[in-house]
Amino acid sequence: MATFFGEVVTALSRAGVDEEEAEREETPEDLEIRRELEKKRCRRRWGRDLLTLVLPTGCNAVAFLSSFILDSVRWEVVGAVSLWNEWCRTLDATNVLPTDSFCLFYRLISDPTVLLCQCNCHVAEDQQFQWLEKVFGYIQKKDLQVIILSTCPVTNYKTPESTLTLPSPFLKALKTKEFKDTICCPLLEQPNIVQDLPAAVLSYCQVWQIPAVLYQCYTDVIKLDTVTIETFKPVLSSKIMASLVKDVPESTEMLKKLLATNEIHNNIYT
Amino acid sequence: MFVPCGTAARRDFKGFTLLMPSVSVGNVGQLVIDLVISTLDMPKVGYFYTDCLVPMVGNNPYATAEENSTELSINAEVYSLPSKKLVVLQIRSPFIKNKYRSFCQTVLSWVKSSKCARVILLSSSHAYQRDDQQLHGTPLRYLLSPTIQKTVGDQMQKLNWKEMEKVAAYPEINNAEKVLHIPGGGITKLLFTERILLSMSFSFVLKKKNWVEHQPAYSHFKKTTNCSKEIPMAVLLKFCSEGDNIPDALALVNYLNEWLQLIKNEQSSSTTTTASHWKIPSSWRLLFGSGLPPALF
Repeated sequence: MATFFGEVVTALSRAGVDEEEAEREETPEDLEIRRELEKKRCRRRWGRDLLTLVLPTGCNAVAFLSSFILDSVRWEVVGAVSLWNEWCRTLDATNVLPTDSFCLFYRLISDPTVLLCQCNCHVAEDQQFQWLEKVFGYIQKKDLQVIILSTCPVTNYKTPESTLTLPSPFLKALKTKEFKDTICCPLLEQPNIVQDLPAAVLSYCQVWQIPAVLYQCYTDVIKLDTVTIETFKPVLSSKIMASLVKDVPESTEMLKKLLATNEIHNNIYT
Repeated sequence: MFVPCGTAARRDFKGFTLLMPSVSVGNVGQLVIDLVISTLDMPKVGYFYTDCLVPMVGNNPYATAEENSTELSINAEVYSLPSKKLVVLQIRSPFIKNKYRSFCQTVLSWVKSSKCARVILLSSSHAYQRDDQQLHGTPLRYLLSPTIQKTVGDQMQKLNWKEMEKVAAYPEINNAEKVLHIPGGGITKLLFTERILLSMSFSFVLKKKNWVEHQPAYSHFKKTTNCSKEIPMAVLLKFCSEGDNIPDALALVNYLNEWLQLIKNEQSSSTTTTASHWKIPSSWRLLFGSGLPPALF
């Protein structure tokens, strides 16, 4: 299992079903993982008495929060998590965040009990548990509430009709038992499930009885996309987010800037 | 670790039978567990929170109405029915690489601390790996640990069940030495053969000394160890292949029911076959994906 924060362990970073395998020696890939992990650290400057944690995962959710919630006046950077896995090798060098850290933590200056974690990288299955321990381990669970934003390919959505006929993007929600606030979209029906970091966070919240809600946007666009980002807009009317929203003109400008930056760097002619 | 939930949370399952699946070919064990929970309407009593399984969440997979469809489920949960002294662990996702041994240790520790009387592991094995003898007759097999053999061995004889055959450790070289071989069975063999050592946290000894079941050192260890510390375990498995494994799950759950009598088998008046009424969970919809685009045709 690959971890971060400088913890060196003998591990692989892929999930899979194990058959009757014997213990094996480290491959060159394992050695590379170990080397890269040794370089990574965690910096943290938030207190234990947190009441609200907002966690966007993936580029569209991160861009949504950057446009409609975050700014340099009201929010300050209070922590960072850098991690490494095989996916990091293939990530685009362009990053909308100002540093090379992949998970940045922002705190609302006027209300230090509100924390926002921008997670714009892939956290591998065997890193998720440790990520949770590092982030939630220092937060008191009493009175905490969590909101997670995420995207997922619409082809992963199971429906009796073909996914080609679905009007995507669309929003679905999952909530823990303790979450009693109104949800701004329909709940995700069985047999659909959620995986990756949003699932790990929601599982943690369900087990330890923390009110939490996940808003998952099913989209047919993988990259940064205005339509996908704006699908999250109903979330701004929720009780948690309503007090954090920026001015609409400012948000629209920020969104245009983010998309333009992304387009320039994705243009094969520049 | 086991984290109880619900109003009547309990950590103690003294004298209960634990049913659990192995994540194996066709996911047959997990499908059987779904059938048992759904049919007996077993309430959830806790979560098995672990870093050994790939995280996943979804709404209640056994929902029967709008009201009970919104409860969140995670990748490993515990259900219980005290009236039948039954506790069930359901596993819903694969193991994270190299964490299966750790999971086995955690489960067996929990079984010991919760004082379960016995464990029944539901599993499957690759049909294509059967030998000539196994190709004939029933595809269902059982295994019993020595402790449980004393109590239910006779019952298995009466039921005319077939014990899982051992295979040659070194085929063509030495056919005398036989070992248990459950290809595609996931953690089945590990849990069954190492239930003593794992439960006593001797797995590090096993690794260091490279002991295997047929070696004298292992046998000596078993003889000198107090066998009453062994967790009574039975394995029920079916030979199958990947595909639509619902029929395999129904066959295995009926096999289990022959022994445990969880539900009554009703004799159909029109035929001579026995019909069992297992409730298919609502989450078994769309097992093979969404609907097809009309334009395809």
